[in-house]
Amino acid sequence: MDKFTKLTGVAAPLPIVNVDTDMIIPKDYLKTIQRTGLKKGLFAEMRFNEDGSENPDFVLNKPAYRNAQILVAGDNFGCGSSREHAPWALLDFGIRCVISTSFADIFYNNCFKNGILPITVSPENLEKLLDDASRGSNSTLTIDLETKTISGPDGGTITFDLDDFKRYCLLNGLDDIGLTLEKASSISAFEQQNAAARPWA
Amino acid sequence: MTKPRTLYEKLWDSHVVRYLTDDTALLYVDRHLLHEVSTPQSFVALDKRGCGVHRPLANLAVPDHAIPTRHRDRPIADPQARAQMAKLVENVERYGIPFIPLNDIRQGIVHVMGPEQGFTLPGMTLACGDSHTSTHGAFGTLAFGVGASECGIVMAAQALVQRKSRTMAVRIEGTLSAGVSAKDVALAFIGKVGVNGAAGHAIEYLGPAVSGFSMEARMTLCNMAIEAGARVALVAPDDTTFNWLKGRPMAPEGDLWDQAVSYWRSLPTDEGAVFDREVLLNADEIAPHVTWGTSPEDTIAIDQMVPDPEMIEDEQKRARLKRALTYMGLTASTPIAGTPVDMVFIGSCTNGRLVDLEAAAEIVKGRKVSPNVQALVVPGSGLVKQAAEEKGLDRIFIDAGFEWREAGCSMCVAMNEDRLKPGQRCASTSNRNFEGRQGRGGRTHLLSPAMAAAAAITGTLTDIRKLEAM
Repeated sequence: MDKFTKLTGVAAPLPIVNVDTDMIIPKDYLKTIQRTGLKKGLFAEMRFNEDGSENPDFVLNKPAYRNAQILVAGDNFGCGSSREHAPWALLDFGIRCVISTSFADIFYNNCFKNGILPITVSPENLEKLLDDASRGSNSTLTIDLETKTISGPDGGTITFDLDDFKRYCLLNGLDDIGLTLEKASSISAFEQQNAAARPWA
Repeated sequence: MTKPRTLYEKLWDSHVVRYLTDDTALLYVDRHLLHEVSTPQSFVALDKRGCGVHRPLANLAVPDHAIPTRHRDRPIADPQARAQMAKLVENVERYGIPFIPLNDIRQGIVHVMGPEQGFTLPGMTLACGDSHTSTHGAFGTLAFGVGASECGIVMAAQALVQRKSRTMAVRIEGTLSAGVSAKDVALAFIGKVGVNGAAGHAIEYLGPAVSGFSMEARMTLCNMAIEAGARVALVAPDDTTFNWLKGRPMAPEGDLWDQAVSYWRSLPTDEGAVFDREVLLNADEIAPHVTWGTSPEDTIAIDQMVPDPEMIEDEQKRARLKRALTYMGLTASTPIAGTPVDMVFIGSCTNGRLVDLEAAAEIVKGRKVSPNVQALVVPGSGLVKQAAEEKGLDRIFIDAGFEWREAGCSMCVAMNEDRLKPGQRCASTSNRNFEGRQGRGGRTHLLSPAMAAAAAITGTLTDIRKLEAM
């Protein structure tokens, strides 16, 4: 997994609340056995018309945002299905950071498994960032995970909070599988106790 | 004296391998359910790392999401679904994971099959690459949905790094009126707290209505908790739970069963335990519900009007409701009852169990499906289908004009051919009414099995209480 330390990139505004994972990547793209190449499904029903042509009104199709690396979105982003295809599709498109006032729990966890940073901000700061993001090619934000700050095009800075453990994993590019396997001896000790306490389990 | 604990806290404490921070721990996972859609990439991760599956017998795999619900004697027509299915078979064989094949009578939706087989047991932790894993909480099981990466970690290590949730008690006082079911309670609850109203929380449903519920009704209730943002929902295990589980193929037997039951009886929330939040619902006040919009929180009683976005002060919410109204093709301030439907779907991990089909059949019996409606019954598992056929429910549905299908997720996730065409409207017993959920441009109204049956008969969204009087 790629480390996340500092990111400077174009932020795209998506001022929709309850963006669900069906919206982020519709079901038709889940019948794959790979985790790459999913950008074609990202927001497919909003990004493409039924005939497959691009919908020019959708933010990621506008020239200024085609290379966006940050998404600034409405409340409760990522609700619904547990499909990890949602962060895979964002990542495949080039998005490494999503900013919202809240995230659904499963999507939030899935981001950290893929080097994507989800940032929770206050409604006032979201409004400000949506405004920053609506400035087309001038909508560049800098995210610094070391200092937990977002710097806007006007030089203003917003501080955000993040669980220390999750931050540590992202900064060092650690996936949980490695971390968990390191604890193998604790797990087998637990299993021995458990076999005595709950032999049916 | 030890501090009184909630059911959730007991389940959490008994599975902590070790704490990593104050509220984050490596949590032991007793059971893992797999299906064909969320696990191909999990196995790739295992292959890459070269680690085996830690406890193959703690896993159980079944295809459910993308499989067809008819012509099961033929190869799967969709090449992608066929490849995904073949990959699952190859993966489980390679790693020695128990597998229920497509044409096995036990095949069904993970959240129907798991409990049916006694794979799901009280006091356990269970993970699955599906958000509706909260369903298993009906048994007093700490069960939660995870992504594909976490499926891989569970298989490799039988443990997951998890953050402890806050707790929410949802007390349901009073008794349900005629024509009102657990689905209506679930929809009323989501309407009350909102689509992220329970985010970050583990719910425990309590109160006389819940104690009186069948296991199936409890599963319906816990299933929909994720639509309020809660990954975990629980009901304390009791005699209803034990009677339902006893004798299931994978449930313990003999002395082990007795030992398990006495342990399970220690799990319910202690007197005096404190929840972080409490929500009260009065069952007497809950009418049959239906969703009008594109979020599960867009619920109203069937005798209410479609809301008017102009009445909403919050700008973002007003914009969302306007978009939902347009998408759904509805007019504000008009009755939701009487809205014509094109399709009716009875099934899913929410409402695809025998009691659900019985509730629908009771309405359908002796009546005919409206000529403008295509109506599907998709049992939640092969065993549900078999039990329904033994009771003659298949005849009731088929005689009325319903299609009687094979078990699977079908139109709930619409990954197979069972899906809506753009603009089509469906009365559905499933759990999500998002834009495009049942097919691009399709319009979903969530409701109970009895309400779905009534819609099939009249061809419109109908107040079940009025149909019964007809």
